[in-house]
This record gives sequence, structure tokens and C-alpha cells, in this order.
Amino acid sequence: MEKIEMKRRDFVKIFGLASGGLLFGCNVSADKVVVNTLENGISFVPNLFIQLQKDGKLTIVVARSEMGQGIRTSMASAIAEDLEADWKYVTVQQATGDSKFGNQNTDGSRSIRTLLKPMRKMGAMARLILEQAAAKKWNIPVASCKAENHFVKNISTGEEIFFGDLVEEAKTIAIPLDENIILKDKKDFKYIGKKVIRGIDMEDFLHGKANYGLDARFPNMKFASIARSPVTFGSVKSFDTSDTNEINGVEQVVQLDRLIPPAGQFFGMLGGVAVIANNTWSAFQGKNNLNIEWESGSNEIYNSEKFKEKLISRIHKKAKVVPPFKGNVDKAFENADKVIEATYTMPHLVHAPMEVPNALAWVRDGKCDVWAPVQDPQTVRAEIAHFFGFAIEDITINVMMLGGAFGRKSKSDFVVEAVALSEKIKAPVQVVWTREDDIQHSFYHAQNAQYLKGSLDKKGKVTGWLHRVAFPSITSSFKPMSNYIAGFELGMGFTNNPYDIENIQIENAKAESHLRIGWLRSVSNIISGFGINSFVDELAVASEEDAIDFRLNLLGEDKISTEKSPHPFNVSRLKNVLLEAKKLSNWGSKLPEGHGLGVAIHYSFYSYVATVVEVSVKSEKVKVENIYSVLDCGMYVNRDAVINQMEGAAIFGMSLTMFGKISTKDGAVEQSNFHDYQMTRMIDAPNIHVHLVDNEEDPTGVGEPGVPPVSAAITNAIFNASGKRVRSLPLSDHGMV
Amino acid sequence: MQTLTINGQDYQVDAPESMPLLWAIRDLIGLTGTKFGCGVAQCGACSIMIDGTVVRSCSTMVSQAIGKNITTIEGTSDSLEALRQAWRDNSVPQCGYCQSGQLISAAELLDTNDNPTDEDIDNAMSGNICRCGTYVRIKKAIKEAVELKKQA
Repeated sequence: MEKIEMKRRDFVKIFGLASGGLLFGCNVSADKVVVNTLENGISFVPNLFIQLQKDGKLTIVVARSEMGQGIRTSMASAIAEDLEADWKYVTVQQATGDSKFGNQNTDGSRSIRTLLKPMRKMGAMARLILEQAAAKKWNIPVASCKAENHFVKNISTGEEIFFGDLVEEAKTIAIPLDENIILKDKKDFKYIGKKVIRGIDMEDFLHGKANYGLDARFPNMKFASIARSPVTFGSVKSFDTSDTNEINGVEQVVQLDRLIPPAGQFFGMLGGVAVIANNTWSAFQGKNNLNIEWESGSNEIYNSEKFKEKLISRIHKKAKVVPPFKGNVDKAFENADKVIEATYTMPHLVHAPMEVPNALAWVRDGKCDVWAPVQDPQTVRAEIAHFFGFAIEDITINVMMLGGAFGRKSKSDFVVEAVALSEKIKAPVQVVWTREDDIQHSFYHAQNAQYLKGSLDKKGKVTGWLHRVAFPSITSSFKPMSNYIAGFELGMGFTNNPYDIENIQIENAKAESHLRIGWLRSVSNIISGFGINSFVDELAVASEEDAIDFRLNLLGEDKISTEKSPHPFNVSRLKNVLLEAKKLSNWGSKLPEGHGLGVAIHYSFYSYVATVVEVSVKSEKVKVENIYSVLDCGMYVNRDAVINQMEGAAIFGMSLTMFGKISTKDGAVEQSNFHDYQMTRMIDAPNIHVHLVDNEEDPTGVGEPGVPPVSAAITNAIFNASGKRVRSLPLSDHGMV
Repeated sequence: MQTLTINGQDYQVDAPESMPLLWAIRDLIGLTGTKFGCGVAQCGACSIMIDGTVVRSCSTMVSQAIGKNITTIEGTSDSLEALRQAWRDNSVPQCGYCQSGQLISAAELLDTNDNPTDEDIDNAMSGNICRCGTYVRIKKAIKEAVELKKQA
């Protein structure tokens, strides 16, 4: 390929629209603006779009999935800020899955972290073009023009012109030079960091008009419900449909073979027997009436309680030592004044978003159209191309609203099912999982066991830290026989333990997987957050020190990590959230009889969180009274949405601590619906107090970081309230809820 | 053919016997604001009102609603409007999926109780799960809606 001279000014392009409006296209990728040239016959491919119509309507194309984090509102307000748009004219359009939009994978709490700067720059660019258009119209210098609230003002005369009235003129404006694009000063912000007046989707939510995946409708569409093997990767031996055919509305029964993804990518599908009907209910009934004999396969040996014992025995022996190594823990233990050991366990968990997995697919004329609630539409698209042989451009993934996701809807299995069925029956068909399907055939958060051993010297200083952990890895879902925890999982709190201890050793113990393992909101940070925060508390008790003072000392000197990172770890920010949580919770004040406070801190997705929980314990029953959470995520866009995420994370963490347990018997998941996989409900919901740290740091994660500290903050509080140390979750296993 | 009256409008449906109202409303009539969450009256996402009383439509037969007035999230009432305003003021929803059911359950509470206590609110709302965890906001918004309704 010929070498192309990159021109900085060409990252934006203006298109005329058929409607007479204006489309700004800009190419951004992750943290930096990628520059493309319009010359040399290379077509410029924008991936961030803003449309301005003559009536002033401003449409921002959002290429991230909305699942409750408020991304459609946040992205729109970030662009509106530097564009000086009036919020009442702002709407969003959801992008389809397409690599031209750059990375669309909505997980890892990264959208605002990676997109805030380019989005603001895009807004500022559009503002400058509108100011230049006004300058041209008035024949005055651009320095005399100032955009404000959807108008450009002539500073000397006070005359104003509406954004919509600048559309024609703007088409004639040359793209401004990069160095002329100036971002707004923080003190002038109207949207960023403020409470946004109206969430983009608020009215739809309040009137039942938001279109979730499950709401996709076509005339004469079919509905499908699939019976899948109770044991993971089992297959159909035989089936009888006579009782199914009796159901009014059932049209046909189709067997689906398992689709095994190539190693290292995609999700495939489990296969099973699908009942196609003309409504959801009949499909459900038809499925219930199937008589299927299953070939269970090798995973029928999986009994999760027994497996827990196996994991515990493994972490009680030496395992694979993984970097970073520091000092010599054996020596530290030998020379210690006190040695403390503890073993912690947590079961499998499932996401259980309120909207079950579902997808509508329509295969016709060599094309495949999908309407589905997906976090990662490009992977879905690539996966359909891989399994069904469509050209990528013949596949359209319409991203619907997600009724919760929490990582479940990052996996494309339910879409693959719908495409396979539509291809077979040659009709638009919506695959709808029942809640039982969702609880019993998920990609589960891993069951886990941790052994921690620590030593204290005479002064109560921690001298040694051994952390052994075992859980089936997410990697096992992509590469069979992956029997050890992957580096990226250990990097979520284990190998990047924030404490300043002279001798540290981390060990990775074997754990096979017998279920599909996946990621769930904050992933293995849930495990490290519980283990480390529980154990530090035990060390603090052994050293007879206040739990917060002990942590502050253990964090060591203020310093910023020198590791290569877009946002290097800064221990002073972790200390700061801890001190803020101390203040917020009135730590140390006298509490009523039977009440106790517990604290936990965690650094994840580049954000810093401290959580204090107040519980009361009466006749062995725990009530969570208050949760105090402090978040430092750097600069944030929608203040109220961030607080809402922290409140939600507190409830999410509480649900898994109190009730969260998926268990298996002979390979099959024992839980089935919300009666036996329970959630925190309003009657159990505590008061939640959130404080956001205000600073000028780069934006970091919000959706997930609130979850990891909650479990240990609760169990540490239980210890302080009752003297009982809970080392295995959930609390319902101990009769405490 | 059966006639269902939803939000004051009549709809003709031909529902299979034993089909719960939820599916008649969503799949046969096409009003998709009422949500499927669990199918066994555990989560409240499918809450609707029949003659002013909240039921879980996933577990209520079509026959039980014939000749009665059904209210869904697409409908309106003084209580619903007050709640909507309070929901806006408190930016209650996250993913929004459960909020149809939350609003319907809260509307029954406001219709039947002018001064609900915290305990009344907990009792009225604890059949509705919000996986995003917006309970604190829902509770606050209900209290504000009570006041808004009084002022109206």
C-alpha cells in the first residue's frame, strides 16, 4: 500500500443530508483521534456522528449499548457540552454493530474512560464550524462569534443566530485546524459533572415505550423456546413431541445441534430442542411438554459442594507461584510474632438481568437481520458470519435497549440460536429464554476458594502475605482444558494487591470447569475484594488496631505506580477514599446495641472505592442498615447517573452476599427462578450514602468498581456487631438472612 | 374471541386457553410496556391493574379480566402522573425494564393510601425486583409523589 500522508485536520468530515441537514463525521479510536485523509482516493470512514437539522434537532449516534448505566445520556451530554447545544434539541440514535464505529464492546467500565476526550473534541470541532459559519454570514472575524445554548452570538452587537439556521453556511466551511479546537473550561460546564435535567430515555421508561430486545415485533413473527441439556454440553439422545403438538399455537419443533466455537473466540450455542409457536406462551408450554432423553456427557460428575471441598484442599497445598514475587514469605512466617491463616469461599453466581436473554433474527435473501439486546454487537456479527457463512456486510445487528445485562449479554449464544432457527424455518423468529433457562444455562461467575496467610511482627506490622486462590477460569469457555486462573483475572485485585508488604507470594491453584464460565459485573474483583478485605480485617483484629488506621498504615507511603498503564495506580487516592468513607460513615461513633460497622476498599477499572457498611445482628439474623460508598473515578459526566450506579452496585453486592448461590447436583444447576436465586428487595434495602471525589483526573470506570468491596464490608460489620467471622458466602447458607 | 379493555380501549383477542394475560397483552395485542421477568409471580415486572388492584399478569388468566378495566404502564391516572413526575425528578430508572411494574405497584399504593408509611411502601413494593438496585430512589420518589398528588 502506498504511504499516505496523514493530515490532522482531516479527522472530521461534513456531509450534506437528504433532509437538508448536516452530518459531522469524525474518526476516533479509543483515547486518541485517528487521522484519515480525504485525498489519494482513500475514503474517509467516520465512526462518530453528529447530525444537525435545520429545525435545530441534534442527533448523536451512540455506538455503545444502553443497559442502565445511562451511556446514551452521558455520551450525548459530553458532546452537547463542548458543542454548546441546548439539551432540549438533543436526541440519540443507536448505532448498529459495525466495526466502522470503533470498539463497541460495552463492558469493562470503559466507555466514558476511553471516549470522553474524543467526544468532547468532536463537540468542540462542530461548535467552531458553526461559529465560523456565523462569522462568514455576518462577515466578521470568528473571534467575535460565540456559540451559546444552540445560538451563535455576535459579541459586539449581541445579535444571535440559531444553530439550525447555520446548516447551509456550515457546509461551506473548511475543517478547522486541530490546534484551533479549544475545549471548554471546567468552570463553564453545564452538563459534565452536573445533574442532567432529562435522561434521554426517561419518558420512554415512564410510559412503557422503551424498546428492549424482547419488544422487537414483526407481523407474523414466530416465537421460540429451547430445551437445553440440564448438564452443560449434554446432547439430545431422543425426544418425543406428541404432548407438545397438542399445544394450541405450536407450529413446529426443531432440533438444534451444539455449535462449538473455534478455540479462542466466540461463544457458539448449547443446542437442544426448539419449539416454534405463534406466541411466547405457547412456545414455553410446548417446551415444557417435550419428552427428551438427554445424553449428559462428562460434566454430570459436577457436584459443586464436593468441588468446593476439592478447591479448599488444593489451596491448602502449595500451588503455582505467579509473579510478582516479593521477598521471602516463608522466612517472614518463621520470624513472625503472630501468624494468621484463613480460608474463604464463594459459590457460582448468575447475572439474572430482569430482561432474559432473547433475540429476534430474520434470515432472508442471503441476508441476516438481528434485533437483540447485546453488549458486543460486533462480536455477534462476526460470530454469525463465522457460523452461517454470511458476508459481514449482509449481517445487520440492531442493538435494542438492554433490560440489564451485567456481562450476560456480552455473550452471543442466544443470538446464534435465533439465527440458526430463522435459517431453518425461513421466518422471523424471536428466541425467548425463560427465567429458568437464564438461571440454569448461563455463563457463570466462578465458584472460588482462597487461602490467606499473614504474619505480624511484635509491633503489629504485616511482614508476610501469602494468597492462594482457585477458581475455574473464564478462559475455559474459549479454550477447553484451561485449568488455571488467567493473568487478566489475577490482575483484578490479586497480583495488583495495593498493600505495601515486604514479602508477598501469590499462588494459582488448579480448578477445572464444568459449567460455562463468564464474567459478571466486576468479574474476579468480587473474589479478591472479599478475600483481601476480609483477611486485612482479621489482621487488624490480631494487631488490635482500628480497621481504618490499620489499612492506612498497610497502604504505605504515598506514591504513584511506575507500571505501564493508561491510569497508573495512585495509592494516595485509595487512602483518600478511605478517609472520606470514614467521615461519611461517622466511623468510631457510638452505635446501638447489636450494630457494627465494617469497612473495605478496592481498586478496579482504574477507580478507587471505599465502602463502610452498618449492620445489625439480632438472633443471628443480619440486617444491612446503611451503606456508605466513596468513589474516585476522576472526572465524571453525569453526576446523578454515577451516584445511581454506586447505589445499584451496593444492592448488587448485597444480593450476592446475602443470597447469591448457584449450586449443581450431578452437573445440573439446582436453582431455577427468583424464589431460590433471591435478590435484595425493597424491604431489605438499606439507606445508601454515596460521595464522589471531585478532582481533575482522567475519567475511569463507574459501572463495576462499586461492587467488589461490598461483601467484605458486610461480613466485617457482622464481625464487629456479633463477633462472628463469616468466611463463606452467601449468608443464607448460615441461616443469617 | 374475547374482549379485553385496556386503558379504556377495547381489544379483541383470540387467546389460547390458559394463556396468561401477560402474553395476550404483549404478543396478541402488542402492548409491550408490560414486561416478562420470571413467569411465576416472583419479580413483579409484569404488574398490571385489574379494576384498580395490582396483579401479576404472568400468572393471571385472560378469563379473569373479561369485562373489567385493565390498566398498564401505557395508561394514565392521577397517581401514575404524580409518580412519573417524581420518577423524573429523582432520575429513578437505570435500565428501566422493571420500572413499568414498579410504577403500577406504586400507583395502587397511592390510589389506596393517602399517607403511606415506610412500612406501607416496603410492603407494597417488595414484590417488585429491581436488579439494577434503584430501591432507594423508588422509595424517595413514592414519598414525593404522595406530596405531589396532595398539591394537585
